[in-house]
This record gives sequence, structure tokens and C-alpha cells, in this order.
Amino acid sequence: MTSPSPAPTRGFTGRARAADRDPRLPPGQYDARDTWPVLSAEVTPDLAAADWTFRVGGLVARPRTWTWDEAHALPASEYRGDIHCVTSWSKFGVRFGGVSLDAFLAGAGGPLPAAKHVVAYSHTGYTANLPLADVTGGRAWIAWEYDGAPLPPEHGGPARLVVPHLYFWKSAKWIAGLELLDHDEPGFWEKNGYHHRGDPWREERYAGD
Amino acid sequence: MTDTSSGASVPPFVPPTAFAVPGRIAVSEQAAAHWQQALITRIHRETRAATTFRLKVPEWQGHLPGQHLMLRLTAADGYVAQRHYSLASAPDDSGEIELTVDHVPGGEVSGHLHTVAREGDTVEVRGPLSGFFAWPGDRPALLLGAGSGVVPLMSMIRHHRRAGLTVPLRLLVSARTREDLIYADEYGAETDVILTRSEGRLRAGHLAPLLGDGRPDGGWEAYICGSNGFAEHASRLLVDGGQPVDRIRIERFG
Ligand SMILES: Cc1cc2nc3c(=O)[nH]c(=O)nc-3n(C[C@H](O)[C@H](O)[C@H](O)COP(=O)(O)OP(=O)(O)OC[C@H]3O[C@@H](n4cnc5c(N)ncnc54)[C@H](O)[C@@H]3O)c2cc1C
Repeated sequence: MTSPSPAPTRGFTGRARAADRDPRLPPGQYDARDTWPVLSAEVTPDLAAADWTFRVGGLVARPRTWTWDEAHALPASEYRGDIHCVTSWSKFGVRFGGVSLDAFLAGAGGPLPAAKHVVAYSHTGYTANLPLADVTGGRAWIAWEYDGAPLPPEHGGPARLVVPHLYFWKSAKWIAGLELLDHDEPGFWEKNGYHHRGDPWREERYAGD
Repeated sequence: MTDTSSGASVPPFVPPTAFAVPGRIAVSEQAAAHWQQALITRIHRETRAATTFRLKVPEWQGHLPGQHLMLRLTAADGYVAQRHYSLASAPDDSGEIELTVDHVPGGEVSGHLHTVAREGDTVEVRGPLSGFFAWPGDRPALLLGAGSGVVPLMSMIRHHRRAGLTVPLRLLVSARTREDLIYADEYGAETDVILTRSEGRLRAGHLAPLLGDGRPDGGWEAYICGSNGFAEHASRLLVDGGQPVDRIRIERFG
């Protein structure tokens, strides 16, 4: 429901001119450049890699849990590209190293036909809901490296979900598991007024957008 | 660690720890999605870097202390910039709200507000947003803020006073110097001020009298707001002091 042509603000020219606006920037976003703001509403957990586990459960053929070492034995996969936070910053050309979520789903015997949605759980109890189609087909990763180094705790280390084509609150930090469901179940921010899907290119920020 | 049971019969996965806590209130989807014109009725300088903007928002549906909004500026060619700002004012029926904005060097939106905006201008806002950091005034609240992070916490203090609440409320606010302290004249007995340039930063000793035996019945709901560095430091002190992690709410300004 974003109004199509907002009234100009007296005297505002903007730092980035519309003409040379980077085409990688979704509407309403700005380039955070070298900064990587931290936005989480909870205490950063003290979670050692040795204690980290990742579970795929719910509507899959063989629910299963991976340890750190078991997860690292899966084929490595990398995301290189951009990320977009609902608070308006975007970051270009980031590099996350980890494993494609497809490899974990395959390891759990694949989704059952009824599976349509997932809830991502963190080790802190944070949740985010996603359509299954948004985390399959090479569109989502479990990442433990950022720019070739271990992912810092405040950015979700030892491991986080990365779903770069949606606003970054969907990319649950301190990821603990995915539950596949036949129905949609709003997660933490979705229950707090945020949009259910969160596509940055459609500016799906808040419920009702 | 491989389960062999079939998908359908497995109980829902429950994570081993639960830090995240539910939001305090339901958020109006309509208010959150709708951009409104806001008229700047008053600009009031708080400190050398922070300024309060009073906005008349005709269709404002009310808010709870701790909530924020999104503010949008539009250039003549259609370029827009939008940022989140916490509500500084207590909920009231004046039809006006207040924001307090720090002038970030080189900042696009805060720079415009501080150097170009004047009374009589309009900006656009949508909100209030997010129920997570909101405080309805129901539970004892321990507030820790630094710099402009005190803004949503001041909304809580103003609400507490205005509504004549008796539920315990304490604020620990840190600023670099007395001159950098936002709302300096407004703090009362509920507040301890920490001036970091002369006294150093928030320490366990500041919190000790409020934790342990100093806790009110039912314990505190803790609200931390400020930069990420402050939030990390303050939240660790609280956890070390025995505050349950699932009763700590954090708003990081980025
Ligand atoms: C929930 C929430 C509530 C908030 N509440 C408040 C509040 O109550 N009060 C408050 O003051 N703030 C608040 N903030 C922070 C606020 O949203 C803005 O981040 C802040 O005002 C800075 O915005 P800006 O446009 O002025 O700066 P930006 O333009 O975003 O710049 C931020 C920094 O990055 C640098 N920078 C970024 N991009 C470029 C570039 N392209 N070229 C050069 N330099 C660049 C700038 O120099 C500056 O140092 C809140 C944030 C959140 C998430």
C-alpha cells in the first residue's frame, strides 16, 4: 500500500541521486557500504560450534539432526551477492560460505508432498516463516563463514540461515532447525507486525504492504 | 545422530533454549502499512547533536512507549530515503508525536532533519511499528540506554508519570558528558546517569543494587537500547547479574 508518488519534501535532494542509483538497490534501500549493522532483539547467545546442531524435521521423509562436523562433511556451497535489511540498508557483494539447504533437505530424505511451508528456528527460540519454495532450488544456505572467516556471533555465528532474496530478518541467526509444515505459521517478526514473505523488490516490509 | 522415524509422527521440533520473548502487543496492520503526512510543528534542540521534532499526524492511531515509526523524505525527482525512529513522546491525545534524532555525521536523513528541515515542513511517516520493544506499563521495568538509545525509554518514563503508574521503573542512562545527555532536565529519582568520559562505562556495580535482592516482586522486564556495542555490553552485564535472558528486550539502532 505504499503510495505511488509521495509528495516531495522541501529542500531534500538526497545523497544518492535517482539517476545514478545502483540497479542492485531495491526500492527504499540505501547502500551500507563497509558497515554491517547488527539488528537482533535478543541477547547474543554464547553458542560454541561443538554445541551447535541443525535439525530438519516435520514433513520430510527422514527427520534428522546434524552436528557441526556432520554438517561440514556435506558439499560446500557459497553465496556471493547482495543482502537487504528491512531497516533500509543493503550490502552488496557479500560472501557467505556453508552448505546449500538443498543438501540438508536431501539428507532428510526430501520434503513430503504435503510440505509447503517452513519455520526456521534458532537456538535462541527466534522463528521465521518461509514458503518452502523460497528455501529450495539453490536459494538458501546454512552459512558459517563470512568473507572467508568464521561468522561472528552477533551476526549469527556459529551458523545462520541465509535466504538472500528476502529481507534479512528471514535469515535466522544461530539457526537450529527447519520444520516443514503443510500450513503457514507466522514467526517472531511476522507476529510483531512484519510482512509474511518479505520480498525487498516488492517492498514487503510490514503486514498490509 | 540420525532419526529413523517417519516425518508425520515426529513431534514438532522445540529448540533447547528459549531466549526470544513474545511481543507485548498486537500491531495494527493498517497503521503500519499506511504513509501519512506529518507536519513539523516544533523543533527543539536537546543537545549539540540531538534535536526533538514535534509532528502533527492527523490520523495517528496511538502508540505504546517503546514503539518506533518509519520516516520518509522524498526528493523532487522521486528519490526517497527512509529510516526508523523511536517515539519519544508518551501516548497522549494531542494528535502530535515527538521524535528525537541524533545528528549522524554525513547522515542522509538525520542531516536533512538537522540542517534543512524547519517548522511548517512536512515529512511522511508510517507506524507505529513493532510490538516487541513496547512497554504497556504493566510490569516492573529496568531500562538501560546510551546516547539516543534513551529515546524510547524516555517515552516509557513519560508514560509512567503521565498515567500516574506505581509499577517500579528504573533507568540507567549513559552519555559521554553532561552536555551530551538528552533530556537532562527531565530525569527524576528513577534515573541514574553515567557520564562515560569522566566515570567510564556501565559496570556490574551499577546494576548490582537492582538485581539479586534488589529485584521487585516478579522481577524486571529489561529494555536495552542504543548502539550495538552498548547493547552487547549491557546485555552481558544483565545476564551475568542473573537477569533471565528471556526477559531482556533489545533495540539496536543498527
Ligand atoms: C528501530 C530503530 C529505532 C531508531 N530510533 C532512533 C532514534 O530514536 N533516534 C535516532 O537518532 N536514531 C534512531 N535510529 C537510527 C536511525 O534509523 C538512522 O540509522 C540514523 O538516524 C542515521 O540515519 P542517516 O540517514 O542520518 O544516516 P545514514 O545516511 O544512514 O548514514 C549512517 C552512517 O553511514 C555513513 N554512510 C552511509 N552511507 C554512506 C554513503 N553512501 N556515503 C557516505 N557515507 C555513508 C554516514 O556517513 C553515517 O556515518 C533507530 C534505528 C532503528 C533500527
